[in-house]
Amino acid sequence: MTRTLEPSFLHRTAAPDLPTLRGPLSEAVVEALRGGPLRSVDAAGADPYGEDLQLALHCCYELHYRGFAGVDAEREWDPELLGLRRELERVFLAALRADVEPGDDVTAEVDALLVEPIGPGVRGVSHHLQREGTLDQLREYVAHRSIYHLKEADPQAWAIPRLSGAAKAGLVTVEHDEYGSGRPERMHALLFAEMMAELGLSDAYCAYVDHVPGETLAEVNLMSLCGLHRSLRGASVGQFAMVELTSSPGSERLVRGMRRLGCGPASIRFYDEHVEADAVHEQVVRRGVLAPLLEAEPELAADVVFGIRASLFLGERMGERLLGCWDRGESSLRLPLDADRP
Amino acid sequence: MGEPEPTRVLLTDEGPALIAGPVELELPDGTRVRSDRAVTAVCHCRRSKRYPICDASHRRKVRQEGPDA
Repeated sequence: MTRTLEPSFLHRTAAPDLPTLRGPLSEAVVEALRGGPLRSVDAAGADPYGEDLQLALHCCYELHYRGFAGVDAEREWDPELLGLRRELERVFLAALRADVEPGDDVTAEVDALLVEPIGPGVRGVSHHLQREGTLDQLREYVAHRSIYHLKEADPQAWAIPRLSGAAKAGLVTVEHDEYGSGRPERMHALLFAEMMAELGLSDAYCAYVDHVPGETLAEVNLMSLCGLHRSLRGASVGQFAMVELTSSPGSERLVRGMRRLGCGPASIRFYDEHVEADAVHEQVVRRGVLAPLLEAEPELAADVVFGIRASLFLGERMGERLLGCWDRGESSLRLPLDADRP
Repeated sequence: MGEPEPTRVLLTDEGPALIAGPVELELPDGTRVRSDRAVTAVCHCRRSKRYPICDASHRRKVRQEGPDA
């Protein structure tokens, strides 16, 4: 298949602008990144899943990905910012540890993920979009997901040097596929960008950060948190496994929803690719990553389960936010999509 | 030169056959399906809606009735 490459996405390296503030924590981080002194703030008293803490954490993590326009790249290793990031992480992680039931039976956890609930009683965003969601709701969903998918596979890449042997090789097999198996025009992040453009959305990196709520940022922040801490490598693999094991049926539902809504080929292609790719990834993650990881480091089992359950927990919070807003006939975003297109 | 490496196919008990490297699958009617993934999951249970490529349709399904059911 010949396609015109979108050099605008593949060759674009411009960093995003700093986001709009949501409270004292995000204000402290953003003001420090603008060159001011880092004000002392009370992270311990903040809502661990709230708008302010999640945005502050997002800004701290983005320094490790693309950074921000006008911010010196070396601020990534600013000890004061790293100190604040650590306080924010402690609050977030403590809340997750309290809200997620512990366990260490990875096999049972994986088996449970592989059972597919069907029928009219299943409540989920992809089910809603398949059956009855509107095009506006689909566009909102894509805007939420863009925070992750425009850097798809990047947070999990941090785990590569923290694994060894067969588990490392297995993880790289899946990551290689996410990055297009050596063909940049097949990178999943690019396929996502092409879908956004077709849906009339901006495909600029982090264009919708101001639009998305804390629930959306928290899911991606969990990925960065687990990826950047070697001590959480088991949780990083668990989070990755959860996505790869559950994505294939959800992608199929989105393909059907998009066909129902009359979406174009680039939109359908992204989720269509994930139906087949993730049916393979499921197998590779179970046999090539989880099995050898637990054989080499059986003590990581509880962290793998934590990664799976924490990402399920945050995924359900985000799903409830979307469906709750849509039930009330409201937008699930903080700003309208088209009023001020980035 | 030693013996050529045999093609390795992993037959899973609950799902697809896993084949490493690019493959071309020929169906009974002569249709050819090409996959150049690092690993291809070939449907073994015939339930895939994308046969011969696995789409995870082999998964166990649990029905949940709606509030009105």
